[in-house]
Amino acid sequence: MTAVRVLVGTKKGAFVITGDGKRQKWNVSGPHFGGWEIYHLKGSPVDPNRIFASQSSGWFGQVISRSDDGGQTWTTPGSNPEDLKTPEGFPKGESNKFVYDTEPPSGKPLTTHQFYDGTQKPWVFKRVWHLEPSLSDPNTVYAGVEDAALFRSGDGGKSWQEVAALRGHGTGPQWSPGAGGMGLHTIVQDPKNPKRMYIAISAAGCFRTDNGGASWKAINKGLKSPYLPEETPEVGFCVHRIAIHPSRPDVLYMQLHQGGGIYRSDNAGDLWQEVNGNLPTDFGFPIDVHAHEPATIFAVPMDPNLRVPPEGKLRAYRSKTGGNEWEPLTAGLPQENCYINVLREAMAVDQLDDCGIYFGTTGGQVYCSPDSGNHWQPIVRDLPGVLSVEVQTLP
Amino acid sequence: MIRIVIPFHLRVMAKITGEVELDVQPPITQRSVLDALEARYPMLRGTIRDHVTQIRRPFLRLYACEQDLTHESPDTPLPERVASGKEPYLVIGAIAGG
Repeated sequence: MTAVRVLVGTKKGAFVITGDGKRQKWNVSGPHFGGWEIYHLKGSPVDPNRIFASQSSGWFGQVISRSDDGGQTWTTPGSNPEDLKTPEGFPKGESNKFVYDTEPPSGKPLTTHQFYDGTQKPWVFKRVWHLEPSLSDPNTVYAGVEDAALFRSGDGGKSWQEVAALRGHGTGPQWSPGAGGMGLHTIVQDPKNPKRMYIAISAAGCFRTDNGGASWKAINKGLKSPYLPEETPEVGFCVHRIAIHPSRPDVLYMQLHQGGGIYRSDNAGDLWQEVNGNLPTDFGFPIDVHAHEPATIFAVPMDPNLRVPPEGKLRAYRSKTGGNEWEPLTAGLPQENCYINVLREAMAVDQLDDCGIYFGTTGGQVYCSPDSGNHWQPIVRDLPGVLSVEVQTLP
Repeated sequence: MIRIVIPFHLRVMAKITGEVELDVQPPITQRSVLDALEARYPMLRGTIRDHVTQIRRPFLRLYACEQDLTHESPDTPLPERVASGKEPYLVIGAIAGG
């Protein structure tokens, strides 16, 4: 492993940042898709040069882009010049067509969810929050969208079909939007069981499928949310992020909304336990796991009321015990007058021997620690607000 | 030849420089012009009109010959000066923000 490629989605474009194995020198390419909000971009584990990007705009809606050369050039799948005339005729230009499945044979069509005012509203597609390329097939990619649903493409992003059984779970009328909308923002594939997948929705909670998406189970037992009227509802939780380590896919870590905090499940989400321990707050967005230590996790606590670092000090926290016992990581991070935020999609780790940890801020900085969190440095300082960070480790 | 001007961000995405010029079969209407535009540049589908409903996206306006055609029927014939190529058909991003 000799290099890393950091994929940064921002409020005004995407940036592809490459660094060598020492993670001291960086080359910034971008903005790609200048002016578009890039909620997420992520590379295929099977073909790292294949990268999918979600670009959206209040004017022009959703666009899906794909690079097959590591982020140097981009196209909308199915719209390449060579695709303009195919044996089947002109391309349909459907890489950004996300249509909810309401066909009875597909499951249980569901047409409404709860809105802020308590009324039921029909599902309306707004944007793609998260793209999750398959662990085994470079042409397969999953999309988590707002209003919350899961879509799948089996043709490299040219077309999309809803994994309809999730919305047909039966609790859909109880799902409601958080302040940022009702988005499916987290998709986690089990590397040891291709039929198992986890997803998370704000504000509904976590769901798991054990049969490739044919049916789903709500996995929210043990979570606490004082903003919900019931003490232990099946759904309604504003999960911010979940993460696993590939070697122990039954152990899940979660950052939940305030009043909850950090949770761990040791049984694939069947039961959660709170592991906030000595963290300064219970609020934050991202959570991630060390590449080589499955019990070492990272979070960035925020003031739950102000959504900025407590006391103006930007501190990542590390637990080497799967939670409960936390240590602040401050070396190289601003320890005064810092009032940014770190969003749910904006933390990642690399696979180098000394694991690198990365996070981006709403202030446009992307920080890297090349030594598992002990020391930090900004690899870029003045980007637009960072929405997402992913890292690819390259041979 | 119909001349069409689309917003900067869409020109970049579709790799278009300047105006688009397209042969469009009569009748020359907003619908037939946008259909032809999307057939030539399929990546624009869904960005000007909704994929399914074909309704204009809310923050886009449609002008020609100093007229706001945004709320005209998509099947109303466009002005003769657009049909003859003397004037372009304009897709404009609405002013928003502050």
